[in-house]
Amino acid sequence: MLAVGAIGPPQPVRGIEKVNVVTTTSIGEKGAQRALLAADAATLGPGRRRSKRWRRYAGWLFALPALLFYGIFELHPIISAVNYSFYKWDGISAVKKWVGLSNYVAALTQPQQLSSLVHAFVFIIFFTVLPVTFGLIVASVMRTVKPGPYGTVTRTLVFLPQILPGAAAGVAWNWMYSKDGFVNTVLHWVGLGSLARGWVGSFTFALPAVGFVGTWLSTGLCSVLLMAGIGSINPSLYEAAKVDGAGIWHQFRQVTLPGLRQQIGVCVTITVIAALSSFDVVYLMTQGGPGYSTVVPGVEVYNLAFNDYQIGSACALAVVLAVIVIAVVAPLQRFFRGTDNG
Amino acid sequence: MGRQFRTKGPRYALLGGIALYSVIPVLSMFSAALMPQNVIPEGLNFPLHPQWHNFVAAWSLANMTTLLKSSVLLVLGVVPIAVLVSTLAAYAIVVLDIPLGRLFYFVLLLTLALPFEIVVIPLYFQDQSMGLLNSRWGLILPLIGLNMPFAVFWMRSYFVNMPPELHEAGSVDGASSLQMFRRIHLPLAQPAIASLALLMFLSTWNQFLLPLVLMANPNEWTLAGALQTFQNKYGTNEVLLCAGAVELMAPTILVYLVLQRHFVKALIQGAVKG
Repeated sequence: MLAVGAIGPPQPVRGIEKVNVVTTTSIGEKGAQRALLAADAATLGPGRRRSKRWRRYAGWLFALPALLFYGIFELHPIISAVNYSFYKWDGISAVKKWVGLSNYVAALTQPQQLSSLVHAFVFIIFFTVLPVTFGLIVASVMRTVKPGPYGTVTRTLVFLPQILPGAAAGVAWNWMYSKDGFVNTVLHWVGLGSLARGWVGSFTFALPAVGFVGTWLSTGLCSVLLMAGIGSINPSLYEAAKVDGAGIWHQFRQVTLPGLRQQIGVCVTITVIAALSSFDVVYLMTQGGPGYSTVVPGVEVYNLAFNDYQIGSACALAVVLAVIVIAVVAPLQRFFRGTDNG
Repeated sequence: MGRQFRTKGPRYALLGGIALYSVIPVLSMFSAALMPQNVIPEGLNFPLHPQWHNFVAAWSLANMTTLLKSSVLLVLGVVPIAVLVSTLAAYAIVVLDIPLGRLFYFVLLLTLALPFEIVVIPLYFQDQSMGLLNSRWGLILPLIGLNMPFAVFWMRSYFVNMPPELHEAGSVDGASSLQMFRRIHLPLAQPAIASLALLMFLSTWNQFLLPLVLMANPNEWTLAGALQTFQNKYGTNEVLLCAGAVELMAPTILVYLVLQRHFVKALIQGAVKG
């Protein structure tokens, strides 16, 4: 039904085809002999075995560049962040003062930092729950529409926000929400002009307004992923359900939802990570304001470090955020992966 | 059949609606960008006399030529090195079965989901002490490192699915690991590498937080990062701001429309693997 291609890695399939070509053309008939030799080699004396072992160690030369890049620019910074988080330090002076866990206490009690963490969870509604719901609706409808240009164009457009930088989405939506922007214009059109306001400047509406940009950004990915998934559900399952007299809702509950378990899991995992670690959109649209009504951990970490010069506090909050991400994502993975270990 | 016909209208309307919802913010900006500069633009209202020269004005104000150059240099610095280094590592872990390779991979996986927030502050001080702060390399090298978990994960899942006989055949032949990598594995891995490169291009091109922290000079920021400066400077001039933002988005949108199929495929694979 979809031109997207089957879900999952298609490369191996292609790989296997090509491999066969290689073995039959360039290696030729000797291939079989060599395979036999390989089997022999495995049972040969210690000399061979030693060379094989040496080969395994020498293989680290191939992995060394990756280890260096990763060690220096990811692992080391992570360890440093944990280390900084136990100190009070302004980032400039030579002295760091050991303060134990007090930065962590601040991260969980100081109102601005705590509300950033709360907002991160609120964002899950906007980044995850709404897009997955929309995605399920779009995919279910798309399934019943004949493939053709209409479907292709819809898919292309729906996917578009996914490739834009979050910062660009921020600018676009700031304009949508502004006094003369699209949202207010539409409200005037439909006679609800009294509701019009500067959305991102409002203490009450700024958080949902900014969160909804996340909905806009994630809906495309969820839709396309779920469309691809729904395309690989065996159509006879739907036929069987229809024969049993299942209506649209029951078909959805009994066939679509179970069939999309893994894809929904993927959508949820990716968007939850995006929600918890959001930065671009919020920083560009409100920088956390008004007040701290839209502050999220990413913005708060940035502000603490580069505006307030509280490196320790910033790192403690970042560590708390990282722990939260892992604590939320790991069970999600387990839940949605279910029995199949893919 | 009759029932199907009746329900067809609403279904198409729903799909059309969601497509519209996806593009309206971009269209709304585009229409605002074409308004005369002394006018306060309105929601979505294509002007009768589109002021195309706004784009020329915004181009020079946003320093687009320099920005494009910096963004391209950044992508060229990050993507080829990261792809090569991660492919070599995945090859070593899977095919050469290096000792402790599994442990290395496990550590990479553990950090796969970690947000950049946790590394960005230490990276600032690290760049500072290495004398890399505000230099191109001070941004390129960390981005290569931060790409490693996903890239190795991606290439590993490719190598894992390759038939193992392929390697054994060559090793009896006396071919060195490097020769086998170059002659057999690298050519075969090309489709996987192409998708990985596309994904990395996108994430590097759209990178916001790292350039914001590690670069003092806005001209060396990514296009995404430059939006921030541009908004701060011209935020009151809605027309110019929209024109500039449209220009900053245009390269990605154009690349997307041309390579649409590949983008969707790569992102879906990336999602499923991640």
